[in-house]
Amino acid sequence: MGMTMTQKILAKHAGLEKVEAGQLVLVNLDRVLGNDITSPVAIKEFERIGAKKVFDKEKVTMVMDHFAPNKDIKAATQCKMCRDFCDEHQVTHFYDVGRMGIEHALLPEKGLVLPGDVVIGADSHTCTYGALGAFSTGVGSTDMACGMATGKAWFKVPSALKFTLKGKLNKYVSGKDVILHIIGKIGVDGALYKSMEFVGEGVQSLTVYDRLTISNMAIEAGAKNGIFEVDEQTVAYVKERSDREFTIYQADADAVYDETYEIDLSQIKPTVAFPHLPENTRTFDEIGEIAIDQVVIGSCTNGHYKDLAEAAEIFKGRKVAKRVRAIIIPATQDIYLKAVENGLVKIFIEAGCIVSTPTCGPCLGGYMGILASGERAVATTNRNFVGRMGHVDSEVYLASPAVAAASAILGKIAQPTEVIK
Amino acid sequence: MIFNGKVIKYGDNVDTDVIIPARYLNTIDKKELASHCMEDLDKTFIKRVQVGDIMVAGYNFGCGSSREHAPIAIKESGISLVIAKSFARIFYRNSINIGLAIVECAEAVDKIEEGDEIEADLDNGVIYNRTKGESYQTQPFPAFIQNIIVNGGLIASIQKGEIK
Repeated sequence: MGMTMTQKILAKHAGLEKVEAGQLVLVNLDRVLGNDITSPVAIKEFERIGAKKVFDKEKVTMVMDHFAPNKDIKAATQCKMCRDFCDEHQVTHFYDVGRMGIEHALLPEKGLVLPGDVVIGADSHTCTYGALGAFSTGVGSTDMACGMATGKAWFKVPSALKFTLKGKLNKYVSGKDVILHIIGKIGVDGALYKSMEFVGEGVQSLTVYDRLTISNMAIEAGAKNGIFEVDEQTVAYVKERSDREFTIYQADADAVYDETYEIDLSQIKPTVAFPHLPENTRTFDEIGEIAIDQVVIGSCTNGHYKDLAEAAEIFKGRKVAKRVRAIIIPATQDIYLKAVENGLVKIFIEAGCIVSTPTCGPCLGGYMGILASGERAVATTNRNFVGRMGHVDSEVYLASPAVAAASAILGKIAQPTEVIK
Repeated sequence: MIFNGKVIKYGDNVDTDVIIPARYLNTIDKKELASHCMEDLDKTFIKRVQVGDIMVAGYNFGCGSSREHAPIAIKESGISLVIAKSFARIFYRNSINIGLAIVECAEAVDKIEEGDEIEADLDNGVIYNRTKGESYQTQPFPAFIQNIIVNGGLIASIQKGEIK
């Protein structure tokens, strides 16, 4: 019986020839990540263990992104705790205001995750790096603390769902629509404890950024990880950013999957997830007139340059509807700079959007765009749970950057073709 | 390992954002986190929860964020055990790691009602419903997991030298 991509990576990092689903393995970690919310808890636990130093100062990584720039005194105290810890332990990859970005956009951009790596992060969207052919998964602060101290973590080897992609996406359809379509199909626990493995000729038609968006939301189907086959695009992307050697893993021909799904990318339509679960997906033939109050374009899911460019194409020469607040959040400083240099920021501001420094901010109801009771937002973020972006009686509709931009202009949930005829 | 308590029951897909809303994640103070536990789903929870109470819920309990603050808030609120049809994987791992007892049992969830008095014997995997006079079978807790719970979490177990 062959192994899946995930199983091969875990076997290699556990020093084993072979693993199978259900087996418990202790693996060596290539990177241990935390943010300003989860790291303080991990630091306390790290100290309780009695650890004197981190296992590898190059491999421990902290990014101040959730409530940074500090939203209040308590958030400032948490960031300070992380900063002091990273100073003390001489952590190389500590990213603070001015150099930070949203962690799951920042790490790939900085070349900190490569194909075949094993990464744990005390943030559920750590599964993003599967897009680059790595095994990466979200854990809690205790696992982060143990990872920082020992460089190891235990895992139950997951079984897998295989998604064979074919065809190409149509214009104004992107990775976000693909993953929302899949979550709508399998449900928010459809991949619980499992790997989602994305293969097939359709993979090559997706940009690395579309893949990052798709892997990012694997957790919204309950998955342990969401991993893509590595191709020339992946290799070009990582070689531009890192000199470190890496290994490409492919699934065996006789690997076993719990289920196999065929996804024809050419059939995917702009898709919106209605409150209050990412599985409540609808396409525009089932949506109707839904007035909105706010649009957020950003987050670890959709704050890449490609996302901003797709939104800018729709905003160009148009105005945000009266009574709609449109908030654009580039995911990293590099993306922000490129958006300034290429005129995107000008387009956004002329349209009546605001453009913020990188932060998770409103995605998790932190700050920078909290909703009042009864308000509705279209957001390119990843969760639309009750109260996620503010008041418990507010609503979040998840969509692609193109749909979010069109919605901002028309003041209702809208698809790009309603704006660009 | 035996848990006795009254049931507080919820439905499917109880996510970490309603267990502890992100607006309260600017602290790691356990008591403060507990004071907002379940707030966005059930404002009465924190007023009525008694030490030892048992939380019962449907599928995919704890879905969403990896915040360990979620099981911490539940544990600190006084809940001794969570019984659900299934748990989101990060939440499951975090709960054991911080010493919150959790167990999957679909039959128990279907039959137990809000307010029922429960005695859960996790050595033998038997959940007894005192109110209804019926029992439900689940997986017993392995000894090392019981030790982690008794010690108050993975780190405490490591400190005691029970896990190396």
